[in-house]
Amino acid sequence: MNFQTLSQLAVLCEERGMGIGALMLEEQSEESGRSREQEFATMSQYYGVMKEAVHRGMTEDTTSRSGLTGLDAQRVAAYNAADEPCLGGPAGQAMAYALAVSEVNASMGRIIATPTAGSCGIIPGVFLSCQERFGWDDDYMVSGLFAAGAIGYVIANNSFVSGAEGGCQAEVGSAIGMAAGALTELRGGTPAQAVHAVGLALKNTLGLICDPVGGLVEIPCIVRNGFGAVTALAAADMALAGVRSVIPSDEVIKVMLEVGSAMPEKHRETAGGGLAQTPTGRKIMKDLKNKK
Amino acid sequence: MRFKDVFSIIGPAMVGPSSSHTAGAARIGRAARQVLGEPASEAEVTFFGSFAATYQGHGTDRAIAGGLLDFATDDSRLPDSIELAEEAGMAISFGQGTGLFPHPNTVRLRLTGARTGTELALTGISIGGGNIEIVDIDGFGVKLTGMYPTVLIHHMDYLGVLASVTDVMRRGQFNIGHMSLDRKNRSGAALTVLELDEAATPELLHELSALPAVQSVKVVDLNETLQEQKGKDNTR
Repeated sequence: MNFQTLSQLAVLCEERGMGIGALMLEEQSEESGRSREQEFATMSQYYGVMKEAVHRGMTEDTTSRSGLTGLDAQRVAAYNAADEPCLGGPAGQAMAYALAVSEVNASMGRIIATPTAGSCGIIPGVFLSCQERFGWDDDYMVSGLFAAGAIGYVIANNSFVSGAEGGCQAEVGSAIGMAAGALTELRGGTPAQAVHAVGLALKNTLGLICDPVGGLVEIPCIVRNGFGAVTALAAADMALAGVRSVIPSDEVIKVMLEVGSAMPEKHRETAGGGLAQTPTGRKIMKDLKNKK
Repeated sequence: MRFKDVFSIIGPAMVGPSSSHTAGAARIGRAARQVLGEPASEAEVTFFGSFAATYQGHGTDRAIAGGLLDFATDDSRLPDSIELAEEAGMAISFGQGTGLFPHPNTVRLRLTGARTGTELALTGISIGGGNIEIVDIDGFGVKLTGMYPTVLIHHMDYLGVLASVTDVMRRGQFNIGHMSLDRKNRSGAALTVLELDEAATPELLHELSALPAVQSVKVVDLNETLQEQKGKDNTR
């Protein structure tokens, strides 16, 4: 890839007169040696898997093997339809879809890691709800996935995207940044605005620990995906309105690296601290062990 | 760069619940299966760090077993892979290791080949988003991601071996993206790992095998698109 930072990415987009998604497709094709059509087709397949996962999570029983989670997406959707929700229409829809995909993941269903499985609900939640709302076609969404990928590529190589290395900020935080930046571009924002959206979003999840109850990708991972989708919409709106990330997004990414590197091991996916080691968290873990 | 392309960020397509603990583990298992070059009759799996703490909840054990059966990360048989491995005649055991390990998500595998009885000891790490590195093969330090077609050459550490290997590559028009060599001792056993831009052909492997100091040549390729195409071309 011809860029290592978000500012280099924005400059490159300006030089070539293209958006982040189009640029990433070009760069990807060069890196892999496969044609743009081939790479686009693979990403289209991935978008198909995301749609399938949303559909499954909204219609099928997603109770996990542990029995701890499932069907929350359908609860939220039913409430959205019947009552006057606090959040309201499109954001509520994004939240429900994000929960749906995360619940499919927890019940060992098929998903696309974006960038990880623990954070797999956020991008589909944002993308599918916005596609329905704005009437975008699939190819447009797929170009958005390339934009999200470009942002994630920079975050992953300058910081991390695994909870075991950098906590939840690295997984859910990165996914929110990727979704926010991509959505900013899809809504007509400039690459520079998209980059601001990433920084704005990442600042909101700095320090978030990875503390899965029982070591399972269920509690609190699933609800964090629901919240994450809503936050991504908010960050995109801020950036489109002209709000800037005063601390440049590349510097925010370095902070994520600093904070994650200083994070104790018990808060990095080992279930040794945080919510996992609350009295209730410990009881759940004990019950799970006895069940086996 | 640790992460090389867009599909290491968006992707893989996978069965949940964890990209590092499920998909990454499946890829490590599959890479090990390819290094062994045959099905395993015995597999001793040792988990370290976060892998050791949470492998049951994440299905890491099932993912490793599935990988050893050559399943892709989105294969719907993954949840039942331990039973399938046993049916296929693989004695597989899981444990937790102690001592130093290179990454929070580390697994060590000791495999015995079903056909030849060849033994293999391999260490893999799962670095996030389903991306992996194989860092040790039979005591040789390596750095193998499986994202590119990778050729592993076991050879003796003689003067000029590398030159003859790269000459074969040059004549066959294979570009090398990453290369490493580690040896046990001077003039002793050595392992060279080459990541290529193009898939290795049977002719290339044949030529490499025929070189004087070369003992064996193996290929590891976890590239999903390629695997799908291979599956269509010839049933493996």
